[in-house]
Amino acid sequence: MFDPVLLRNIGDPDSRLLSTYEAGGGYRALAKVLHEHSPDEVIDLVKASNLRGRGGAGFPTGMKWSFVPKRNDKPKYLCCNADEGEPGTFKDRIIMERDPHQLIEGLAISAYAIGAETAYVYVRGEYVMAIRHLEHAIAEAHEKGYLGRKVLSSDFNFAIHIHCGAGAYICGEETAMLESLEGKRAQPRLKPPFPAVAGLYASPTVINNVETLVCVPHIIMRGPDWFRDIGPDKSPGPKLYCLSGQVRKPGLYELPMGIPLRELVEDYAGGALPGRKIKAVIPGGVSAPLIPERGLDVGMDFDSLAAVGSMLGSAGVIVIDDSTCMVKVATRIIEFFHHESCGKCTPCREGLDWAVKVLHRVEAGQGAPDDLDQLKALCKGIFGNTFCALGDGAAMGLRAALQHFEPEFVAHIEERRCPFH
Amino acid sequence: MTMREKIEEAAVRYPDRRSAIMPALLIAQKEHGHLPGPVLEEVADILGVERIWVYELATFYTHFHTEPIGMFHLQLCDNVSCMLRRSEDLLRHMEDVLGIKKGGTTPDGLFTLSTVECLGACEMAPVMQVGDDYHGDLDVARIDALLNSLRATAGRVVGVEPASIRPSGE
Repeated sequence: MFDPVLLRNIGDPDSRLLSTYEAGGGYRALAKVLHEHSPDEVIDLVKASNLRGRGGAGFPTGMKWSFVPKRNDKPKYLCCNADEGEPGTFKDRIIMERDPHQLIEGLAISAYAIGAETAYVYVRGEYVMAIRHLEHAIAEAHEKGYLGRKVLSSDFNFAIHIHCGAGAYICGEETAMLESLEGKRAQPRLKPPFPAVAGLYASPTVINNVETLVCVPHIIMRGPDWFRDIGPDKSPGPKLYCLSGQVRKPGLYELPMGIPLRELVEDYAGGALPGRKIKAVIPGGVSAPLIPERGLDVGMDFDSLAAVGSMLGSAGVIVIDDSTCMVKVATRIIEFFHHESCGKCTPCREGLDWAVKVLHRVEAGQGAPDDLDQLKALCKGIFGNTFCALGDGAAMGLRAALQHFEPEFVAHIEERRCPFH
Repeated sequence: MTMREKIEEAAVRYPDRRSAIMPALLIAQKEHGHLPGPVLEEVADILGVERIWVYELATFYTHFHTEPIGMFHLQLCDNVSCMLRRSEDLLRHMEDVLGIKKGGTTPDGLFTLSTVECLGACEMAPVMQVGDDYHGDLDVARIDALLNSLRATAGRVVGVEPASIRPSGE
């Protein structure tokens, strides 16, 4: 039986308070690193754990930290990506609302490791309760000396500032987030230079997701071997899975990396709604290509999902049952990307506009015989040709819907109506 | 504190005052309800930044309103998880009950009705945000009760913490 670690406190009604966090051993990891480990040793521990970033791309966290130049006169920054705009995903919100000190401790240890004295937590503006609880927790942590000048009587100075987003999904893309933090329109930057070398205010910057950061104190206290022993070798650790859609028990589940998708959906989330059958599952937020029911025996980890042409992404698992029109789902996904395209590059800005128009007419029963070829050509024109992964996410999502459910698209065109209405 | 003082307080968190434009716009919008041109110019003047920088943010991010909105902004999520839980039925119901279409404001200025992209609360879909609060697991009856309660509290301060969060995994 897997014992939750990241969510261990959240059932407590006072889980957001410092007293609860301390009672469960909170901030001991911070004290340990400040008094027993050099920053390089902390980086080595995180490298040894093989922690991979929980924001979507799965880049090794310790390696990302090690890219920050040691010799650089500029201040270094740590940015926490708490923008969480990926449809189907809500894990970071729950951590910030119910266990904000876990994030604060993770930020402090990570900042110490990379040599940063300032962190910005970029929280999406909708998350008002998370922002309030995080603000309160930061004030509590200051009061007790976990933040501020000479943290826990060490030479480490550390401040955390919350920066509220204002409703732009693209801010989840790390370089767009930096632009937004600098007070500009959130549009992605060309890489290189990578943020570790020239990020916020052209200074060395590390950007980590909330869930990544909250893994860090546990790695310090329990050791990298504990972490690496959970789940598959190449993507180990506890993982937060967000279950939503047409499933009996939507919610947030903490389970090992690599758990089979079928087990997650059917055993933990209770399976399909009464009288219905599961038709498809989106495993990692709408950027992740959907998987038809017959493909659900796949491990929920970075490599297993990549091997079947999808991705773990944010682990936002959306369950779709047999009452649902897949053309409608695909249309809604592309509408989202179209709405959220920052407009910087043409394939994404124009291609998604075109794709939405084609999908609308197909869904309305007014599709032309060559519309599917048009959609496939648009996917080809967008994928791999955009500044950031937003265009790729859209193209992959549409491509998967066409690949696995083409007969539904064809039926819309041939019958000149939606078969589900 | 005055708006200027609040903006100055926000600005000290950043080494570059341009970074404070977004926080300043959120402060100004809370103060004025929306962000007409003179307010945008005042924000630029307080921060000592180019006016065009303020204008370009106010028009890029969806949370900023350059036009007035109703006292209660009903923001129904209709992204995939909420769509699968029939948010479109709720939208139609609210359009009927309020007598406005999506994007409109009731003639009494009480309600503006919008659909929004994912609110990040898919576990309690369908979800709507009203002001600072989330309301989840919505159906027609809950929408009606919510609208009645908002009408009853119109004119009073709103901002209680949402109590609609479902325990994890349940």
